[in-house]
Amino acid sequence: MEKPFRYIGTKRRAKESPRFVTGQGRFVADIHVPGMKHVAIVASPHPSARIVSIDSAAARAMPGVRYILDGQEFCAHTDSLYVGVDAPKVTRYALAKDVVRYSGEWVVAVVADSRAQAEDAAELVEVEYEAMPHVIDPERSLLPDAPLLHPDHGSNRLYHRKFVWGPVEEAFAQAEERLAFRVTWGRSSTVPIETFGVLAQWHESDRLLDVWASIQMPKYPDQLARALRLPGNAVRVHYDVDVGGSFGLKRGIKHTVLVSYLARRIGAPVRFIEDRLENMRGGDMHGPDRFFDIEVAFNRDGLVKGLRMRAVDDVGAYAGRSPLQLGKPVSAICGPYQIPAIEYEPTSVMTNKTPQEAVRGFGQAPTNLALERTMDRVARHLDMDPIELRRRNFIRSDQFPYLIPSGSTYDSGDYHAVLDKALAGIDYPALLRQRDSLRAQGALAGIGIATCLEPSGGNSAFEPLFNAKNDTTTWMDSCLVRVDLSGAITGVMGTSSAGQGHETLVATVLGEVLEREPDNIRVVHADSLNALPSNSPVGSRMAIMLGGAAAGAARKIKATLIALAAHNLGCAVDDIEYAEGSASVRGDPGKMLSWDKLVEIAHRKFHLLPPGMEPGLQAGFVWEVPTGGGLPTADGRVQIYPCYSFEAHVVLIEIDPETGRPKILKYLCGHDCGVMINPDIVHGMTYGGIAHGIGAALYEKFAYTEEGELASGTLMDYLIPSSMEVPELHIVDHCTPSPLTTFGQKGSGESGYLGSAAAVCNAVNDALAPMGRSIETLPMSHLAIWNTIRPT
Amino acid sequence: MSEETILVSLEVNGKQVSGLVPARTTLVDFLRDELRLTGTHAGCEHGTCGACTVLLNGEPIRSCLVFAVQLEGQKITTVEGLSQPDGSLSILQDSFSAAHAQQCGYCTPGMLISAQSLLDRNAQPSDEEIRVAISSNLCRCTGYQQIVNAVKLAAERMARE
Repeated sequence: MEKPFRYIGTKRRAKESPRFVTGQGRFVADIHVPGMKHVAIVASPHPSARIVSIDSAAARAMPGVRYILDGQEFCAHTDSLYVGVDAPKVTRYALAKDVVRYSGEWVVAVVADSRAQAEDAAELVEVEYEAMPHVIDPERSLLPDAPLLHPDHGSNRLYHRKFVWGPVEEAFAQAEERLAFRVTWGRSSTVPIETFGVLAQWHESDRLLDVWASIQMPKYPDQLARALRLPGNAVRVHYDVDVGGSFGLKRGIKHTVLVSYLARRIGAPVRFIEDRLENMRGGDMHGPDRFFDIEVAFNRDGLVKGLRMRAVDDVGAYAGRSPLQLGKPVSAICGPYQIPAIEYEPTSVMTNKTPQEAVRGFGQAPTNLALERTMDRVARHLDMDPIELRRRNFIRSDQFPYLIPSGSTYDSGDYHAVLDKALAGIDYPALLRQRDSLRAQGALAGIGIATCLEPSGGNSAFEPLFNAKNDTTTWMDSCLVRVDLSGAITGVMGTSSAGQGHETLVATVLGEVLEREPDNIRVVHADSLNALPSNSPVGSRMAIMLGGAAAGAARKIKATLIALAAHNLGCAVDDIEYAEGSASVRGDPGKMLSWDKLVEIAHRKFHLLPPGMEPGLQAGFVWEVPTGGGLPTADGRVQIYPCYSFEAHVVLIEIDPETGRPKILKYLCGHDCGVMINPDIVHGMTYGGIAHGIGAALYEKFAYTEEGELASGTLMDYLIPSSMEVPELHIVDHCTPSPLTTFGQKGSGESGYLGSAAAVCNAVNDALAPMGRSIETLPMSHLAIWNTIRPT
Repeated sequence: MSEETILVSLEVNGKQVSGLVPARTTLVDFLRDELRLTGTHAGCEHGTCGACTVLLNGEPIRSCLVFAVQLEGQKITTVEGLSQPDGSLSILQDSFSAAHAQQCGYCTPGMLISAQSLLDRNAQPSDEEIRVAISSNLCRCTGYQQIVNAVKLAAERMARE
């Protein structure tokens, strides 16, 4: 670093907060376009059925009804949505045609003047179905006699490959000990408090579609235009819509194509705001539903020598990008450990369930659970302290950059130091005494540790890994910076935000580089027609990618100002000293041009510009993910994400032996995401991630009945932890800068979530260990714990 | 074609307001669609998430679970009514901002209403009392930690003033 940071890393309020604490946020449901119509959905009650007939005459006669759309018309006029793996026959449209493949799948859309009228009419649409066999269990779905969801695809398997990285056979042959077990991550999701919503308006005279949506999705305008058979520049997505939580999930492309088609078809603005049931049943936003068959080979000194991980993930009835959630974990397949030989066998399977969408970590949290259960089970098998076991297997700080068997190089880290800090922070000896004292009083008590990685700076290098026909290696982000005639600075970003504080991020970085007060810098979200390219806030990438792009653009501005000053002060560029927006001749501070003067020259005094310099003062910066751009090798090794944040969770849990009810007593997370640009924002996302992981570990599940019905379609059955279930949370920071990024920052958008479920699971199992019992399936519900501990 | 409507008159944030709405219009829809007070958010519309919490005569209620017509003549306070008369942030709002107690901002209005209601009846709440008070409001972003911190900060600042 040239000098200490001025704004980066300091406590500063989020620029976004005033509008949110006054109720002035602008969410999609707050946007009112005169004359807009509303959509209600008729959904399938069957998990698998043939659509025999649709009678909408009674619905059509209802007050306020404008249009009734079914899959026959819709599929004839739009194209199938994108499929992330090589499965072209697994087509997907917003409305079912001929067959339905899950309970809740959309069959008919009703448009009316008000939402209530649309819902009234939707109830009168009569759909006749002929039920067909369905399959809910992913293992049964892989059997040869299972009913096929997409017969043209030929099987229910969307993707399967066995990767072998390193001498796996030898490792297993030579190791002193081996263990095999299964661990299961239950079907949960991020379930934001705002459901997905979208409003579309077609302007026939301009042949232009305006879209406002609560969206967080790479390539959204492009996929929308393709599905609608429109050129890309006929779609204008407004990114200045506040998104009420997403965490990877809000990719309502299906909703958007539907609403956009309807808006054009009926010549009026149309909006669809999911109600909660629609969101949970037909919104296609469930998360990974995955089991792992683990085999691990290790020696009696605790060193893990080889790992076999078979992962079967149930994506529900359609593909989308969800099979790729088995791909991203390849980026950190051995976690923070030196495991020299790994076999990874991912299988993506379809069942008659609601489709899966991207969830915080894109598959990494389940994989981290599998790794952390492995470490704990190895420790228990050897009767070794699980902390000592982890220390022995950790990659050491002197080994970075560290190449893992699957082809990614970890940038930096100090795992031993962060774990030590976490243990000191929670007073680990006292924590052990507290656990043992609780046990002595007859309670079930356990301590859980999880140490894991958050790959960050997301790119799409797992796409070519999982689909040889896709050789996309570009995954850029960008920022445009303008200094106007008054000298005020505006940063322009090309995506929407869902609470990550991007306006604060960009303002802080621009202020840092240009040495101007961030509070006076405005940051706007462009629309998709005037934005520079962005891939949206996925894969913990924005501190790195948007922050880096903002810095790049600001540096261009600064270079322009310095060139202007050198030209007008009659010296070389290298002789200019830039400080707080002004430029002076080094050693001669009397020769100085202020910010205002420099800006004035740039905007108004062409005669004072150096030859060849563009007038005005603006700069764009577009860049590729650091270390990105490579294709996989034939054996499936590829550099995926550039940066690797680390977290060490320590948790104490108590279980009521009379009821099985778990209660988290203490929680601390040691966290290293390099240089934090805004610590409050990083801590906030980490706290939230921990709470989300506690939910996945203990409470949250999209449960299905044998008959294929979703049994948790409300927030009364799908249990989001409240302030009573989430304990007081503590974070201890550590900073190992990344050598790959502008300021040493790494990502943190998925922090907390990537290890908290594993830590809680390890704690519950530590509590059960004295009884000789264990639970390897999430969520470890109150009932599941009771069934495990109750007297037999 | 429109539905039969009914005149509803309420006092919202100290102002007399009225609107002609279908009888089945919930309070949250009345506030948002009729009065265009969009600070109150709908999250689940079945009374669980708490995003739509408003004060009815000073007591927090779920505005998704009550019809506007049921509240004829009563006093409602929404997030828009929490700010000071000159439009500046209240101590609680400012404490939320200072403690970074919001991320996406969607649950924030309901959280503020529940927290304000707590502070109105208990000026010096303990951490546990804060957690009980906001347990009626789900948040997916914050893990509640910075919200608890913000309410504590607001109580301290109110005690000083």
